[in-house]
Amino acid sequence: MARLKLKKLEEYLQCVDGFEKPKIMLEQYPTPPHIAACMVHHMQAQHDDIEGKFVGDLGCGCGMLSIGATLLGAQLTVGFELDGDAVDIYRNNVQEMELPNVDCVRADVLQLPGSKWEKTFDTIVMNPPFGTKHNAGMDMKFLEVGLRLATGAVYSLHKTSTRAYIQKKSEEWGASGSVVAELRYNIEASYKFHKRQSKDIEVDFWRFDISGKD
Amino acid sequence: MKLSTYNFLTSMAIKGVKVGFPLKLTISKKELVETEFNPTFVERLLPKLDWSAVYGAAQVAELAEDIPAVQPESIVDNEQLLQKLHHLLFEIDVLEGQLECPETGRIFPITDGIPNMLLNEDEV
Repeated sequence: MARLKLKKLEEYLQCVDGFEKPKIMLEQYPTPPHIAACMVHHMQAQHDDIEGKFVGDLGCGCGMLSIGATLLGAQLTVGFELDGDAVDIYRNNVQEMELPNVDCVRADVLQLPGSKWEKTFDTIVMNPPFGTKHNAGMDMKFLEVGLRLATGAVYSLHKTSTRAYIQKKSEEWGASGSVVAELRYNIEASYKFHKRQSKDIEVDFWRFDISGKD
Repeated sequence: MKLSTYNFLTSMAIKGVKVGFPLKLTISKKELVETEFNPTFVERLLPKLDWSAVYGAAQVAELAEDIPAVQPESIVDNEQLLQKLHHLLFEIDVLEGQLECPETGRIFPITDGIPNMLLNEDEV
């Protein structure tokens, strides 16, 4: 069971401020409130992975997923983000929504493995950079980190075109992955080079179960 | 930054640093927040925490009398201590301060509640 109805959760998430000046090299696409709400609602309603849990958010940006998880009852949430402007917006969002149990750490996600954060979180959530802008494979690096930091489950978004590869790699990393939903991810024209007003890309919403991992 | 988060932060990503823990914490501005007490959550988190860093944080936060210097064998039945741990770990928000690498002296500033653990390229 989830403590908030999906519709209500989405309404709250519409109040989360996004990037003021998105940075193209970091692929700062905000997670749309509707998609974020559906994601965290699924995590709680179907798998009980949020309420009372320790949740980590990798590449947390302005905090859409962190805040969604916290609204659904995560006991403690920590977001990790490289970009200084994004962490400031994250912090403002969290304060405006009066959520006391959310922290943000400015750090490079790729430096987290081997640290004390390993096997710390019950659940990891992320909307990683898809690795299309001169940083090929970045989403896979994020996923690998996520699988090392969590003990229960990792939720992530990846382009549908990479599905078979992700299935294979995640198995190698000891996770049992399944596609929860296929999304039409609407990327608004937040960057100048997007000529069309809005562009849909096909994205898979994944759940990786790592409770059986050593 | 909550003191629970502090317990997981290290400077081990710096080139040449072996352990990088615990970081030396300085608090110049903090705020008290209220969060729901969940004894099960504190209990589950405990094995992942480093008690000496918990105690060190309690001293910096001026709550040392609440927290024993050595971890008691049984905390599970000690609801009073669990509540004090809850308060120390989750209800003190460090707004301004710094974290210092014990091996190199590198300072990581805490600004507006966010610890900045980013390193320059020549440090990693």
